[in-house]
Amino acid sequence: MALQLPAGVHEAIAQSWRSVSGTGQSELIPQARLSGPMPWVIAIMVALTVIAAAAGLSFSNTARNAADELAGGVTVQIVHANPVERDRQAVAAVGRLRKIPGVVDANMVSQAEVERLIEPWLGTRAAGDEAIPVPALVDARLRDPLTPETLGALRRAVREVAPDGRVDGQSSWLKPVFSAIQSLQWLSLALVGLLAFATSAAVLLAVRSALGSNRDTIEIVHLLGGTDAQIARIFQRSVGFDAAGGAAVGLALGLVVVLFLGRQFAELGAGLVSSGGLGWADWVLLALVPVGFVLLAMLTARITVLAALKRML
Amino acid sequence: MNSTATGEIVQFDNVGLRYGSDREVLSDVSFTLYPGTFYFLTGASGAGKTSLLKLLYLAQRPSRGMIRMFGTDAITLPRERLPGFRRRLGVVFQDFRLVPHLSAFDNVALPLRVAGVSDRELLRPVADMLEWVGLADRMHAQPAQLSGGEQQRVAIARAVIGRPELLVADEPTGNVDPDMAIKLLRLFEALNRLGTTVVVATHDVHLLRKVPDSLIMRLDKGRLSDPTGALRYPPRPHAVARAGED
Repeated sequence: MALQLPAGVHEAIAQSWRSVSGTGQSELIPQARLSGPMPWVIAIMVALTVIAAAAGLSFSNTARNAADELAGGVTVQIVHANPVERDRQAVAAVGRLRKIPGVVDANMVSQAEVERLIEPWLGTRAAGDEAIPVPALVDARLRDPLTPETLGALRRAVREVAPDGRVDGQSSWLKPVFSAIQSLQWLSLALVGLLAFATSAAVLLAVRSALGSNRDTIEIVHLLGGTDAQIARIFQRSVGFDAAGGAAVGLALGLVVVLFLGRQFAELGAGLVSSGGLGWADWVLLALVPVGFVLLAMLTARITVLAALKRML
Repeated sequence: MNSTATGEIVQFDNVGLRYGSDREVLSDVSFTLYPGTFYFLTGASGAGKTSLLKLLYLAQRPSRGMIRMFGTDAITLPRERLPGFRRRLGVVFQDFRLVPHLSAFDNVALPLRVAGVSDRELLRPVADMLEWVGLADRMHAQPAQLSGGEQQRVAIARAVIGRPELLVADEPTGNVDPDMAIKLLRLFEALNRLGTTVVVATHDVHLLRKVPDSLIMRLDKGRLSDPTGALRYPPRPHAVARAGED
């Protein structure tokens, strides 16, 4: 059933829409003379932005997940040539750690797991070769993130029972990786900014060109009492339509690339890489990229037109 | 409705206009236009008629002097207020200045659309106006499909559709046959009777005699001929030099 609105409301809504969108005035400037290659430029920019933003979000997720996982993690390495003594110290370290308040859990990493970890570097035979001393590893989880004070206390406690034990915070190992990820995040952000700037520049040039080729019409509208805002709305609306079409194509292209790359990385199966998957909030953010570009293009068109019209009487 | 406290709708005082560093195309032009009066602006080609009209329809600021329109100083008028003033004017340009990609209907409807009139409301007045100027059957034609005379009639229809307070027409009958010229003049007269001040620039002296109640402003090399001072200081509206008397 159709919604019944009081008399006059339809017209008021239509009038408001016309005043915002420029409908009814837009035919003053032929759409074809304004468009040119602009929708395609915007499509490319949006596609690249979606890819760059997806990469940035993925890096952010990777860093956050890894940091969460490693923030309360401590590893004790016991390096001793004698495997018996090495195992004794490891067991003692586990026992000591479990008694410390704030340590949620402490476990020895099995020999098989250690061998699997070093296998890519030393090979299968070397891992089992006693000529190469393989350290015993103890993995401990803390309730709170590791602080230098906690680390000092843990080191002192472990040294009492395992003099060859070396205690390290797990997050400190990955500091260079986090630093690199952060750089990539900034790079993604910079790319998004540059692409937005390039889009603004493309819109500015297109609008200036359209202003030039429609100068006579604009003068007539001015002389008939048209305001700068009315003329700006005409351009804003035309640019908005062009940008919306281009942005939709760009979003589709960008998402195809992001999904393809996502699948490729997921197949790597590496923990750090696969932890960078996108959540629903990330997908919503990516879906907002074209909206942002349409608004940016319309705003650029408005500012460009108003600035140009100020030079006319 | 359109007069100031002293009655004038437009007042020029020692107005001069030059383009760039060239010599003045208008010098020491002083006159007063009263509401509901019909004026002819005459002069040879190059006398400055079009320049004077440009000042009247606010397409140009003067180089010097004072212009008051509708009781307001038009020279210091901020840009934002110009549209409001221009909507009180109707202009027939010498070169018509129709929007080339719009139909005759849309060209005539333009001032109403600019003023915010809805499509539904403007349909009837625009159709009536086009019928009046004899172009009802050509309303969908674009300017390029119209003859010079037809374009001129569209331009006139566009100028008068909004019932302006001041109508400024630059050679409005230059491209139409004598019968249509008379018909258009009658339209201007009808508007004039409704209170619109009309200024028609023409070099057709025969036209002047067609509107007996009109006043004549004569430009010669950029100077307004006003030997009696009647244009500048009219004793009272409608009492200065009448067409056909000179």
